[in-house]
Amino acid sequence: MSDAPYDIIIGLEVHVQLQTQSKLFCGCSTKFAAPPNTQTCPICIGMPGTLPVMNHRAFQLALRAAVALNCEIAPFTKWDRKNYYYPDLPKGYQISQYDLPFSQHGWLEIYDPKGKVEHKRVGITRAHLEEDAGKSMHDEHAGKADSKIDLNRAGTPLVEIVSEPDMRSPAEAKAYLTELKLLLTYLGVSDCNMQEGSLRVDANINLHVHTPAGKVPTPIVEVKNVNSFRAVERAMAYEAQRQYDAWQETGKRLGDVPKTTRGWDDVNNVTYEQRHKEESSDYRYFPDPDLVPVRVSEAEVEHVRASLGELPSQLRERLEREQGITTYDADVLVNQGRELVDYYLALATACGDGKQASNWMQQDVLRTLNETSRTIGQFNLTPATLADLLRRVSAGEVATSRARDVFARMVERSESAAEAMQALGIERIDESELVAMCRELLAANPKIVADLKEGKQQAAGALVGQAKKRNPNVNPGRVRELCLELAAEF
Amino acid sequence: MSLVELTATEMLAGLEAGQFTSVELTQACLAQIQQHDGRIGAFLKVLGDAALERAAEIDARRRRGGPVGRLGGVPVAVKDLLCTRGVTTTCASRMLEGFVPPYNATVIDRLHAADAVIVGKTNLDEFAMGGSTENSAFQKTRNPWDVERTPGGSSGGAAACVAASMAPLSIGTDTGGSIRQPAGLCGVTGLKPTYGRVSRFGLVAFASSLDQIGPLAHTAEDAALLLEVIAGHDPLDSTSVDRPVPAYSQTVRQPLAGLRVGLVREHFAAGLDADVERAVRDAVRVYESLGAKVHEVSLPHSKYCVATYYIIAPCEASSNLARYDGVHYGYRTATDVTAEATDDEGALVAMYRRSRAEALGPEVKRRIMLGTYALSAGYYDAYYLKALKVRRLIRQDFDRAFEQVDLIAGPVTTSCAFKIGEKVDDPLAMYLVDLYTVSANLAGIGGLALPCGYNAQGLPIGLQLQAPPFEEERLLRAAHMFQQATDWHRRRPAL
Ligand SMILES: [Zn+2]
Repeated sequence: MSDAPYDIIIGLEVHVQLQTQSKLFCGCSTKFAAPPNTQTCPICIGMPGTLPVMNHRAFQLALRAAVALNCEIAPFTKWDRKNYYYPDLPKGYQISQYDLPFSQHGWLEIYDPKGKVEHKRVGITRAHLEEDAGKSMHDEHAGKADSKIDLNRAGTPLVEIVSEPDMRSPAEAKAYLTELKLLLTYLGVSDCNMQEGSLRVDANINLHVHTPAGKVPTPIVEVKNVNSFRAVERAMAYEAQRQYDAWQETGKRLGDVPKTTRGWDDVNNVTYEQRHKEESSDYRYFPDPDLVPVRVSEAEVEHVRASLGELPSQLRERLEREQGITTYDADVLVNQGRELVDYYLALATACGDGKQASNWMQQDVLRTLNETSRTIGQFNLTPATLADLLRRVSAGEVATSRARDVFARMVERSESAAEAMQALGIERIDESELVAMCRELLAANPKIVADLKEGKQQAAGALVGQAKKRNPNVNPGRVRELCLELAAEF
Repeated sequence: MSLVELTATEMLAGLEAGQFTSVELTQACLAQIQQHDGRIGAFLKVLGDAALERAAEIDARRRRGGPVGRLGGVPVAVKDLLCTRGVTTTCASRMLEGFVPPYNATVIDRLHAADAVIVGKTNLDEFAMGGSTENSAFQKTRNPWDVERTPGGSSGGAAACVAASMAPLSIGTDTGGSIRQPAGLCGVTGLKPTYGRVSRFGLVAFASSLDQIGPLAHTAEDAALLLEVIAGHDPLDSTSVDRPVPAYSQTVRQPLAGLRVGLVREHFAAGLDADVERAVRDAVRVYESLGAKVHEVSLPHSKYCVATYYIIAPCEASSNLARYDGVHYGYRTATDVTAEATDDEGALVAMYRRSRAEALGPEVKRRIMLGTYALSAGYYDAYYLKALKVRRLIRQDFDRAFEQVDLIAGPVTTSCAFKIGEKVDDPLAMYLVDLYTVSANLAGIGGLALPCGYNAQGLPIGLQLQAPPFEEERLLRAAHMFQQATDWHRRRPAL
């Protein structure tokens, strides 16, 4: 793969916020950006005497994710308390899952149509459910340390998805995250909005340095809260080089020092050492006596499996197979989300040409959506309306270059293809009229006729230009064909 | 007999017949409290005005012929470990001094729905940790039969207020015997229901897997009535069990035919006071005279009960009490901790430490330390996990015993009420007061204590009955049979 003097070993821990209306153990809303502490109740702020009751919807969503990640689902799963003190942790413990997660031993296939990353399966060690903590806000102006706590987020349901250390490059780590995010979005499990913290990544990384005596593992470093895919790629690249430099300098190998935690500085593109205090934490996990264990039947898992719908990888394959488009094109479409794919499929069916539909989607539709900051759901042309234009293009009623103007007008005024074409003065020119026009042009340009007869086909270009001038509706391709054909008559 | 010495059932009959009003009853109880609680110390808070207002409202409704709940106008006292909306809930701790919950415990809601008149919040050992109500941060409760002695604990206030006729009914909680032991020492009837029978929502947790709320009363009949009101599934407590609540107050009067009573071999070992043993054996003879057959059974793991309990309960407590950190509510140190904060921990940890150091009492700290230790890495398997395994064996002992007998009868405590101060400096001796009661909490089964005699000094002796899970009906019916045949439960202390 590369000729670096080491292999990079990466494993990712991804926290995903489930798309529920309410929190994991109470009825409070999970909506983002509400004023501080307005989405709290005695339960999620851990007031004395209150008890958690599990949100079944959250468990169902988590189950969806785990089944789609090919995990084994535990028939019996319990809740554990992870005890530690922190101001944003209202109960003094977090309700999580420790030794019996609801799912484990799955895999996710990573995908890169550009071929930069090998197609492969990354193992999923486990996926478990837990509640989120609140947020501390530190205000240290005026020399006085003043901290405020917002517990709106406390109790929000998270699935923590832990991968095996199967990734071998920063690009693979990024591909894994991209595919994971796509999958979870397709499943409706999470909106995976990284800006709002719906998807948070901690990365474990170390190197296997090649030495004459064999491969030597360096100490594992956990890089915390890397909050964009680009940052994951850059942080991993930085960290690999840093570990290699450190290894050359100190020779410290795995086991010589405990696992350390580093933060990612997105501005300066470096990882930095964090305080050691969290390292030796003893969380004193034990089963939460306030919550009854959850039993999941085989039938329930099957029901979830049957309700998953088409996953991105299956969808890519189907688009390639049924619509005859390339892997790359299928990937671009699928990455835009299920809604856009559905639009594409309707368009392809209506116009009867999957390849043409794919080109229009990727070029014109996506560009328009981007320029106007719309989603496909907000796009004003129905697949049938757009298909009508595409059919007219195929039938030669309108040249591709003019069709772009028609499209623009359709979008701008919500017009049909026919309306837009009429407004732009685009009419189909009768074949006999076109033949007559070509004859006239040939007759008027003996030099070009001579060139054509000598086989200089590019000479026809000038005639196409003249024809367009006479009538902008002519189909340039057809004019060219006719001129080549009719030149023999002169 | 004065109004306050009536049982709740008698009070209800009097209210129905118009012999007196709920206001009169409530006034009588408040007067009794006013007159005697200075010496007994059963109440942390008396809700005089609110109770009288409520009583008047219920009286008015009854006069109009409107619907009146099962406890229509009967005074009830509540252990101050249950959250009461708008009323301080202190758990007898400085930590929660002044804590006013914005919600009710489910049991409180059910009492309201049944038209009970809540007269006050009773004293307890801090966070229910203790066996003598001497660990309250605010006051000691005294035994109405002898004010030099403790009422037991942790529901000492709940038992003493019934014994002293300050309320005919009270709500206690039982984690290792905290209803039955004080009931036994105060000569009242107390029931720890099966785990899951009564919602724990709003009960400030001590050890979540052991805690259960239950009634204290003069008689089994009254306890049945109160249990009927508070029992049942609660969607706010996933450990509360969804099964119908029997009509305890009706079935309690039906005697049990062909009853098989078990005596546990291990209960009558060294250390059992002779008076207590005699009273318990006499009580069993009462059952025989009523047609019961007595069998000896064995609970071979009972010798591990106290040790197991003192691993599991502190483990859970250490976690349950972690929320009292001075950050969100409750006590926060007034001391500026910046000077004492080391570089390693920072001011935040120093603030946690000082707040907890200042506001928690020694027994609570002891148990937090025990639990933290037992759960920590390297000790978990040896202590907590081992204790869970023994707990299962203890439950199996009961399952086996209940294949042979319908009920187990035995002592509640090894001896009668002990002197205030007698065991405070000896935590291990204090832990042994739970010897006969903890097993029911570990096994999750129901247990009932009722008076079965008095010793030479006139101190009550308790009889404990235990039954398989969800057989509260059986316990209450058996207790009522006994109370039909005897009159120990009719005695009232001279105050
Ligand atoms: Zn809430």
